[in-house]
Amino acid sequence: MSEQIVQLINVVKTFTSGSGKQQRVLDEVNLTIPTGKTTVIAGGSGQGKSVTLKLMLGLMKPDSGLVMVDGKNITKMGHRELNDIRTNFGVLFQGAALFDSLTVFENVALPLRERTSLHQKDIEARVMETLKQIDLVGHEDKFPAQLSGGMKKRVGLARALQLEPKIILFDEPTTGLDPVKTMEIYRLFFKTQNQFGYTSIIVSHDIPRIFNLADQLVILRAGKMKKFNSFEEIQCSDDPETRSFVRTTMGNIYQSKQMEAEQ
Amino acid sequence: MGSSAIATVRDMGMMGKFLYLSILGLFKRPFRFMALIKEIRIIGANSIAVIFFTGAFAGMVLGLQGYYTLRKFGSEGMLGSAVALSLIRELGPVLTALMVTGRAGSAMCAELGIMRITEQVDALECMAIDPFRYLIAPKFLATLISVPLLTLIFDVVGIYGGYLAGSVLLDVNPGSYFGGMQQSVDNQDINLGIIKSFVFAVLIVWISTGRGFFVHKIRAAGFGAESVSKVTTQAVVITSIAILIWDYLITALML
Repeated sequence: MSEQIVQLINVVKTFTSGSGKQQRVLDEVNLTIPTGKTTVIAGGSGQGKSVTLKLMLGLMKPDSGLVMVDGKNITKMGHRELNDIRTNFGVLFQGAALFDSLTVFENVALPLRERTSLHQKDIEARVMETLKQIDLVGHEDKFPAQLSGGMKKRVGLARALQLEPKIILFDEPTTGLDPVKTMEIYRLFFKTQNQFGYTSIIVSHDIPRIFNLADQLVILRAGKMKKFNSFEEIQCSDDPETRSFVRTTMGNIYQSKQMEAEQ
Repeated sequence: MGSSAIATVRDMGMMGKFLYLSILGLFKRPFRFMALIKEIRIIGANSIAVIFFTGAFAGMVLGLQGYYTLRKFGSEGMLGSAVALSLIRELGPVLTALMVTGRAGSAMCAELGIMRITEQVDALECMAIDPFRYLIAPKFLATLISVPLLTLIFDVVGIYGGYLAGSVLLDVNPGSYFGGMQQSVDNQDINLGIIKSFVFAVLIVWISTGRGFFVHKIRAAGFGAESVSKVTTQAVVITSIAILIWDYLITALML
């Protein structure tokens, strides 16, 4: 496996709004995701964070530019090749995207039933093992509509982990959760990443807490991406746009000497 | 004007591709046998009561109207053949298809539309599970199996409905009711009815599942829950019109 598992090269993506206006969501964006590390993509609403994830999965095609996964360009791939590439990915969707006509157990078992030739007994054992890890034993016969937001996310994570993917994409994993539940998801995230060693790409606006998880930070703003290696680097950046981002998103939580001097 | 023409052509291309992928999906393995059984129950078995009642009353009305029309010419004895031919060739397939569209087509469309807007279809694709094999194929096959069978039930119930109205409540001789039917209905009539019901089944499942599946790509439908409701209405209307148009085309070609 190469060191950069996912790469976006000069990617452009434009959307046409209802009134016919063109909006350039990604403007010649370059991004490399290092293998086995955690990358956090932050940015305001509607700045193209979810679009970036969909491009990586091949659910959307860029207008121009390349999307490389494991060294292969996926923008020109057919259905079958894309399916092979997607086996590398696990996805935790924003709304968890659980199948609402299936129970918790069936949801978690689905990838095993459809993508492997495991016997029913082995599937049962594996699913129950995962449910135990995420503290959902006793809830396996419930339907998604009967679960709380945090529980849904945990089931979504369990489902994403079933096929032991190399990369897991988290689309707003903590949106709509209270601080306690948020910490619970983060703990679960740490635990499972240590266990499975996957590369994770997290899209979030849980700023600044989410930055503690990151090996690499990317701020997406007005169609451009800026990369940082640490939280401090963002806070001490001289770039006026980044400074305004820090100010609007983090407010007075952090006051560096530089900021104090400014004021 | 120009942009709506482009949108229409794009829409038709999208639906064409959908039909192609759905048919491919039928041949992909593993086949979901239990899902097929479940869909046959929803689309077919649960429609039997509706088909029974519409069939019975359609047959009774035919018997009643046919009786008073035929009496003007003194040929009430032809009632059996008149009822049977109109049911087998026309009313059976068409009314069954319209009832299934209203009952099961709308449900399929709404189900897929909700799965699409809540990212469940995306989730399937991300797990490299082909949604055409997993979601569409069982519905497709179940409709192809159910609609012709429901049409046959409709025909039989309708014929007895006509018998009830014509022979039991009015004074047509039962022997001439069934005897005339035997003489006038031939294999070609029955084939015509069965071919129609297969074509209508394809129209129902194609348009209903297709509109729901592509709810996010139909710009005029808007977004969210509203888009699903609009697309469901649209699916029922388009399917009903398509059924009547194809009914005319098949009749014109085969008679």
